[in-house]
Amino acid sequence: MATVLNVQNLSKNFGGLRALNEVDMRIDSGEIVALIGPNGAGKTTFFNCITSIYTPTEGEVRFTPKSGTESRINGMKPNLVTGLGMSRTFQNIRLFKNMTVLENVMIARHCRTKGGILGALLRTPAIRKEEQEIVDRSYELLKYIGLHRYYNDLACNLPYGEQRRLEIARALATEPSLLLLDEPAAGMNPQETASLKQLVLRIRDELDMAILLIEHDMSMVMSLSERIYVMEYGCMIAHGTPDEISKDPRVIKAYLGEDHA
Amino acid sequence: MDWDYFFELTLGGLTRGSIYAMIALGYTMVYGIIELINFAHGEIYMIGAFTGLLVAGVLGVYGFPALAILVIAAVVAVIYCSAYGYTMEKIAYKPLRNAGRLSPLISAIGMSLFLQNYVILAQTSDFLPFPALIPEFEFLDPIAHIFGSSDFVIVVGSALCMAALTLFIKYTKMGKAMRATAQNRKMAMLLGIDADRIISITFIIGSSLAALGGLLIASHVGQINFMIGFLAGVKAFTAAVLGGIGSIPGAVLGGLFLGLAESFATGYISSDYEDVFAFTLLVVFLIFRPSGIMGKAPVEKV
Amino acid sequence: MQELTKSLKVSLWFMFLTFPLMVVRVNTIEHTVEWRWMNMVYMAVGSFALSFVWRWALRRKEMAKAAPERPRNAFTERLGSDKRFTVSVYGGLFALFALMPWIVSTYQTNIFISFMLYVILGLGLNIIVGVAGLLFLGHAAFYGIGAYTYALLNHYYGIGFWTALPIGGVVAALAGVVLAFPVLRLRGDYLAIVTLGFGEIVRLVLENWSDLTGGPSGVSNISRPDLFGHHLSVAGANTYVYYIVLVMAIVTIIAVQRLKDSRIGRALQALREDEIACQAMGIDRVNVKLMAFGLGTAWAGFAGVIFAAKTTFINPASFTFFESAIILSIVVLGGMGSNLGVILGSAFLVLMPEYLRAFSEYRMILFAMAMVLMMIFRPQGLIAPKGRKYIINDPDLAATEGGKA
Ligand SMILES: Nc1ncnc2c1ncn2[C@@H]1O[C@H](COP(=O)(O)OP(=O)(O)OP(=O)(O)O)[C@@H](O)[C@H]1O
Ligand SMILES: [Mg+2]
Repeated sequence: MATVLNVQNLSKNFGGLRALNEVDMRIDSGEIVALIGPNGAGKTTFFNCITSIYTPTEGEVRFTPKSGTESRINGMKPNLVTGLGMSRTFQNIRLFKNMTVLENVMIARHCRTKGGILGALLRTPAIRKEEQEIVDRSYELLKYIGLHRYYNDLACNLPYGEQRRLEIARALATEPSLLLLDEPAAGMNPQETASLKQLVLRIRDELDMAILLIEHDMSMVMSLSERIYVMEYGCMIAHGTPDEISKDPRVIKAYLGEDHA
Repeated sequence: MDWDYFFELTLGGLTRGSIYAMIALGYTMVYGIIELINFAHGEIYMIGAFTGLLVAGVLGVYGFPALAILVIAAVVAVIYCSAYGYTMEKIAYKPLRNAGRLSPLISAIGMSLFLQNYVILAQTSDFLPFPALIPEFEFLDPIAHIFGSSDFVIVVGSALCMAALTLFIKYTKMGKAMRATAQNRKMAMLLGIDADRIISITFIIGSSLAALGGLLIASHVGQINFMIGFLAGVKAFTAAVLGGIGSIPGAVLGGLFLGLAESFATGYISSDYEDVFAFTLLVVFLIFRPSGIMGKAPVEKV
Repeated sequence: MQELTKSLKVSLWFMFLTFPLMVVRVNTIEHTVEWRWMNMVYMAVGSFALSFVWRWALRRKEMAKAAPERPRNAFTERLGSDKRFTVSVYGGLFALFALMPWIVSTYQTNIFISFMLYVILGLGLNIIVGVAGLLFLGHAAFYGIGAYTYALLNHYYGIGFWTALPIGGVVAALAGVVLAFPVLRLRGDYLAIVTLGFGEIVRLVLENWSDLTGGPSGVSNISRPDLFGHHLSVAGANTYVYYIVLVMAIVTIIAVQRLKDSRIGRALQALREDEIACQAMGIDRVNVKLMAFGLGTAWAGFAGVIFAAKTTFINPASFTFFESAIILSIVVLGGMGSNLGVILGSAFLVLMPEYLRAFSEYRMILFAMAMVLMMIFRPQGLIAPKGRKYIINDPDLAATEGGKA
């Protein structure tokens, strides 16, 4: 299987704080991989570094899109990383709150479309066609996620769980080869979590992409992921299949404290 | 090198700088506590000058002695500017405490325009002559041509004010509460500090300093109009940025630095571009060193 | 009763507050004092009454927060989407404006010219402030850049209006982009101050670079636009300028609306909503910010060229921060992001004081007050910008929802 993401020796310092310490990770195409760890372990920081929202202090991030060649992406502008085919959701929801649900998804089509200022002013047929395609494609995605009945509502008026799903729809609209989900089930009730699980599986199978998932809900992590990485204090302390991880003494220690080891 | 000229420029810069520092303190204290650029702060300074003018005018007509006029005018200007600062905060900023960053700033711009037009309507839009309130000191005679008594009063007076403010912030209970609120308002409130009161007091102190600054500079320059607050305000804000906005010693340093820089630039380069220097410093600092001469830049968390 | 004492206190406080400035007036030369006690009475009564309104409005705002989202006005909404209705309204308005110079006096034609100039300026600023969410306090400087571009090209090289019009727009847009470069990283309020500083620098340079710009006295004898090489009489030229502004205003309205609804416009709005998410969705923050500034200031440049051609005389005093603040207040009052709002805002600012003479003296103070009150009670402005609604014919949706969309 082809490698999609290959991270080596990734470190990130915030002043004196080492939020990531020589982290390695490898994701193959079509895999669902989970990244877990206690609060403040550095999981979100890892996402921010590989998507170039932060510039890593040291290390290598290599990314190979579905149809393309491997490239080194650390230090690249975040929008170019998205353009290459890596897309994410945010732990603290960052939707475009005062825009409609449909527009939120349409914005994510930006990097797959080309219309410029002149085209917008003149409304050439090519531009109209592109606009129509953006609308259609975005609506299709909303339907796929199951949010289409809200399409003309403002994003901030959606229920919390639906906002998280909209973030996923928005990320999908950039046509990623690797989808990064930062605690997608946070704040969801059990039914919502269950349908989210179905959704993640469907995305992987039907849309053919690798998924990296940060999640605190262990049942979800265990049942979804093929491999799990465990982080603590910025270090990758373990890595393996769900079975291996649930038996790993270091992981148990990290989660439950000394006594249980 | 012409040393006399150099000293003249230095002293002139010191006088200007002291005034900038006085006004800058108001910006910096407010910014420190509610992260708002109080755009209307310059107008408070202008109102201080106008109040002083009115008091001096009335007392002058009734034949009060100069020194008494100065003292009474200063007291009244301070009282009124505090009242204006307090009221302004209650009307234009308090209802916007939780409204993001831009709304209060626009409200502040509105307030600034409002106060300017209020003064135009209540008084005049023309320049008014301002009487010299500060008596001549004999001991300054030998250097009076470069450092007159009003310069002296400005420099010494503002130094005293700033010393008093520093002591207040450092040692009084209220000062400590202010510092706590500036660091973390939520936490301070949880610990029983009445944040609204602290904010009011901040506005009152800042406005008082601006009032004194306005009065002294008006007496020094000899004329005022409703526009003086805008330029003084932007320059004082520049001073606050130079020193690192939010920092009280920074505002003083920034004020002096800006005053000296302006004085030398106009003296040695060209006086046509006097105001351009200040604006250029402002722009350059905000762009390249927004945290001031000494500060560190914050990072946004994602 | 409690309410009454509250208002009484407020009234006393304002009597105290406004006492020196409103009551006392001294003449420092003749040493006389004038006491205007009536003002104090007006102040007392006014603040007493207004304090009731103020508290009522604050309470209402609190209540609105507790119960968000009132249903939209279905009737106006339906009217807005009725093609025939909108077309006839626009057609009527257009006819009215097209005939205007023949109906009203030259003086009033001038007022309408100035109204439409503010529409153009306001729409331009609205791209930057309303759509992209960047608080920009230097718009007048770019208006000035446009005006001086024409004035100087005309003065030194005899270049005509029609050549200068596009040049003025391009120069202002380039200047906007040049300003945007260094301010890319700045947060909202710092950005505002830098643009203010930049605007003032431009004005001060115009004022002091006397050899080139004529200094504070400005440039005079700028040519009026000519019609296919014919020179027009003063009145004729004025009417001609009116039509030029009218066409330009219409072009601006259409262009800005198209931009807002385009891929670029959406990116600008995304930038306003959340810069980081915007980048994560593949939008180049730098590009988009540069575009916002360039697109906004270009209109100021066009307006400047027309202004110079209309007045035939310009000086730096027309391009102060005060002017920027006026344009900003138009955008804020009208509704940030809403084109209709900007047009209404300009109408309030320019037309209302002309036709309600009693107001003209109080124009600016009312506007300033409105800016504060708007921020507190109606931050979205007179006309809240309507998010674009898309109409999608999805049979599945209609079946399951019974037409919720
Ligand atoms: N921009 C920043 N500046 C300084 N420190 C930061 C920054 N971002 C994160 N940190 C610190 O880095 C550490 C890791 O944070 P991170 O958000 O990556 O944790 P996390 O594993 O995502 O935790 P959680 O499960 O709570 O989301 C924390 O100590 C955090 O305070
Ligand atoms: Mg996290």
